[in-house]
Amino acid sequence: MNHHPGAWGQPLPAHAQFDMFNPGQSYRQAPKAAPITHTQQPLVTGTSVLGIKYEGGVMLAADNLASYGSLARFRDIQRLHPLGKQTVIAASGDMSDFQWLKKELDSILREENGLSLTDSHPSLSPQHIYDFLANLFYARRSKMNPLWNAMLVGGWDNKKNESFLGFVDLLGTTYSAPTLATGYGAHIATPLLREAYEDKAGIDGKGPLLTAEEAEKVLADCMKVLFYRDARSINKYQTATVTSEGVKISDSKSVETEWGFAESLRGYGAQNQ
Amino acid sequence: MSSIGTGYDLSVSTYSPDGRLFQVEYANKAVEAAGVAIGLKCTDGVILATERLLHSKLLVKGANRRIQSVDDHIGMATAGLLADGKHLGSRAREEAGSFRENYNDPITVQILADRLSGYTQAYTCYGSVRPFGISTLVAGVDKTGPRLFCIEPSGVHYGYRATAAGKGKALAKTELEKLLGAREGGIGVKEGVDEVARIIHLVHDDNKDKDFELEMTWVCEASGWKHAAVPQELLVEAERKARAALEEGMEED
Repeated sequence: MNHHPGAWGQPLPAHAQFDMFNPGQSYRQAPKAAPITHTQQPLVTGTSVLGIKYEGGVMLAADNLASYGSLARFRDIQRLHPLGKQTVIAASGDMSDFQWLKKELDSILREENGLSLTDSHPSLSPQHIYDFLANLFYARRSKMNPLWNAMLVGGWDNKKNESFLGFVDLLGTTYSAPTLATGYGAHIATPLLREAYEDKAGIDGKGPLLTAEEAEKVLADCMKVLFYRDARSINKYQTATVTSEGVKISDSKSVETEWGFAESLRGYGAQNQ
Repeated sequence: MSSIGTGYDLSVSTYSPDGRLFQVEYANKAVEAAGVAIGLKCTDGVILATERLLHSKLLVKGANRRIQSVDDHIGMATAGLLADGKHLGSRAREEAGSFRENYNDPITVQILADRLSGYTQAYTCYGSVRPFGISTLVAGVDKTGPRLFCIEPSGVHYGYRATAAGKGKALAKTELEKLLGAREGGIGVKEGVDEVARIIHLVHDDNKDKDFELEMTWVCEASGWKHAAVPQELLVEAERKARAALEEGMEED
């Protein structure tokens, strides 16, 4: 048989017979030229991730779901990934691209780590990792072959002694703010995060920051609202904190929800109207 | 050495009539001129150490290290030409990286030593190259436990419980034999650090050699099973004990 993809589904030419002693010769056709194609849509996806700066650190949250279209396909996926002792990344978008990215970044960090023994250079700061990601995402989109993710990078810069929070997406867009969210969360959670942040810190951010407990509470609230409104979310999420002490990723947790009201919604509860 | 060339040492691809490769033997001479490197396999980890001879008082403290990290869990120490060691180190990191890429698993020390020895051996086969002027101690902890190998300029590699390379390796090996001979079940890393420091100080010839810095790394539980420098305070304490033990030994003599 001619197993070249260009010959798949092609009928044999007239009078051609399969020559078992000379396979692939007797009726070989020039393979049909196909255009090179790249990722044109994400397949298995994670929904929004959130991030907020608080006193002495930064906190990220992401739920444990990887959807296949609208199907809640994988319900135990960690979308937060530590990179060294001072950085965490959180990924929404295509999970296979995220897995590839994790491997790539881990190997870069491993190499940097190995070299640090002999020339004692400082380990990669969150800013370094963020800039690398921004360059990578922009380079990939410029090749029309993007990594289909929107990422948050959270970290603690041990040199400057300050927290770091940045956003980068598949277009190579970057921005930084004390509160960030990707995807649907950018619409739904951003106002809630900002409100909580500015209540204490003020619009100029000069006031005191939220405490770790307050930050966790705000993120829990946002995850709850997102679970109510985002059909690609589940009520099972993790948070990651980065402080001068290092990175901590929590166990999975969930929030209390109340669905009693659904009973009275037309098209939702028991249908008796 | 009885073998002053007589024309058979111009290329590593030419044997002498009695079946030797003089260039490889010269490479071993380069190794013998270097400060000693010691590897010790312990019950709960591995230790690498080198005596880094300081050829100038102007050198930055801790510079020109002879122990390198290969992967999270593997380190290597070289004795011989430092630049050759650096080259083999980057090759080792490439091998370890490509193994992870291909198999999504950390490389074992055995496979790494095997690949590096193959690489080293290739430099004994062609007239256009010279053999590596280094002996390399490869040590790490993998899924098979603590492992230690030594690769010589000829490309052979052997696994060891403990070994040494460089100037005074014979004395160091004798000491290691005594050390392990006295301990049926092997030695722990904590005690190993002290012993290795003692042996390096013992081997160092104060009268003939230049000053040196002791360089020591390990892979054990205390380092999170990662290849890392032995903490400074442990090293200082080990060296203090080493000097004390040596002075005691001298008084007995």
